[in-house]
Amino acid sequence: MKRVVSKNIILHYPKEHAEKPIISNLIKRYDITVNIIRARIGQDEEGTLVIEVSGKGDNLEAGLNYLKDLGLTFKPVSLVVLRSDDRCTHCSACTVICPSGALIVEDRHAMEVKFIQDKCIACGLCVPACPYGAMEMHE
Amino acid sequence: MAKTIKEINERIKKKKAVVLTAEEIIPYIEEKGCRKAAAEVDVVTTGTFSPMCSSGAFLNFGHPSPRMKMQKVWLNGVAAYGALAACDVYIGATQIPDEDPANKIYPGRFEYGGAHVIEDLIAGKDVLLRATSYGTDCYPRRELETYIRLEDLNQAFLLNPRNAYQNYNVAVNLSSKVIYTYLGVLQPNMGNANFSSAGQLSPLLNDPHYRTIGIGTRIFFGGGIGYVIWEGTQHNPCTERTENGVPSEGAGTLCLIGDMKGMSTHYIRGVSMMGYGASLAVGIGIPIPILDEEMIEHVGVRDEDIYAPVIDYSSAYPERKGEIIAKVSYQDLRNGTVHIRGKKVPAASLSSYPRAREIAGILKSWIQTGAFELTEKIAPLPGVESGQTFKPLQIKKERGDLK
Repeated sequence: MKRVVSKNIILHYPKEHAEKPIISNLIKRYDITVNIIRARIGQDEEGTLVIEVSGKGDNLEAGLNYLKDLGLTFKPVSLVVLRSDDRCTHCSACTVICPSGALIVEDRHAMEVKFIQDKCIACGLCVPACPYGAMEMHE
Repeated sequence: MAKTIKEINERIKKKKAVVLTAEEIIPYIEEKGCRKAAAEVDVVTTGTFSPMCSSGAFLNFGHPSPRMKMQKVWLNGVAAYGALAACDVYIGATQIPDEDPANKIYPGRFEYGGAHVIEDLIAGKDVLLRATSYGTDCYPRRELETYIRLEDLNQAFLLNPRNAYQNYNVAVNLSSKVIYTYLGVLQPNMGNANFSSAGQLSPLLNDPHYRTIGIGTRIFFGGGIGYVIWEGTQHNPCTERTENGVPSEGAGTLCLIGDMKGMSTHYIRGVSMMGYGASLAVGIGIPIPILDEEMIEHVGVRDEDIYAPVIDYSSAYPERKGEIIAKVSYQDLRNGTVHIRGKKVPAASLSSYPRAREIAGILKSWIQTGAFELTEKIAPLPGVESGQTFKPLQIKKERGDLK
């Protein structure tokens, strides 16, 4: 039995692919579970999709290669939202804004804000909500 | 036995002073008791790091040639107040660039303002100075554009009319849409409760009756040295207090001064409150001399002993109705959940507790190494006995003095 691997990725759809059943193919052909976290289509019909993909090791790799071969670009969500350790003062204002629990104070003695990038869904709400300008988004 | 500040300073000079932070003193008192703690401990250090809008800086640029009476002045596009002597200005933390759309595109981002100019100066960056004037015989220049740097200024000092609030509101939103306030983004239907105080580490909560903190008190200010020079604006000593004297709402405030040239951007930060404006986060640490057992009782205050009022910022606050929904303890706020009207509400802080702790620790090390001596206050702040309150503004349609 191969281990099931799970990844959060942010996927960019160019205009010409917007009407193709790409996610459906990913599920049927590669036996990948797709959990749509966020989907957005821009004015020019380009799309951004944040998905959690999980499947057995080889399947997941083959599925992601399928996306690459189609010319879609994607990267792990953990590389989309970044925190500047210099700007962050650990105030905790972001913790009540972050909907996914990625920004959280776990240790209530230390009171430091942890950024768990694996839980980030790249919604971007923390960026303007941070008074200290510590959060940046690179889609 | 009671100690004097003079005696404490003798011990500081000899590097023998016993100094604890306002956090460390709590278990110390629990273990040793008040009498022993009062005899053994010389100083307790406090700290806070929080956005404080009533902040700003006086700057003197020196004269260009030919000389100029700078009338309108901008620093990196942010207006500074120039109606002082020729080359003096005051730049306020909340000033935004003339072309900033503010809340016309709601909620505004306020990414740059006077507070950020102050931070850039402290960071040692070049800042664009632009000035215009009408010209006089002695000051003929009418326009100026140049770059300035903190080190080249004659004087540059923060003069913050209101800092170090002794306790403050907890903000919630009872409406059904998100609102943007100086206490952060408030989610609808009490989605969150935001606060901004260092609680048990906060300076004035450790000296609730201003017995040792007064005019002339030397402090840690933005990473350098500063002084308390007056009561702060909206200083309001006669609020409700608990048995131990701790106010259970916003009470005393301090007016502070300090040389920007000794400050660090780690402790002075420009902040952007979405939908509200720019502000300055200021790091302050104040030493409390342990003169006797009474002072030990004060610095022993714990987050669980300090309560803050919960106020609805969607209606009661903007309409100035003053209705308090509930009182919650800093212990619960710090633990991240408060119970308001039977609902569990996640709590978040705008001030940084870790940085407040860091500041109290640095001040402690300055005192331990003999680098920072305590001062006697030269005049007291108005206390409970003054009867002084915080008056609201009455809107009048006619001149009352002509009747």
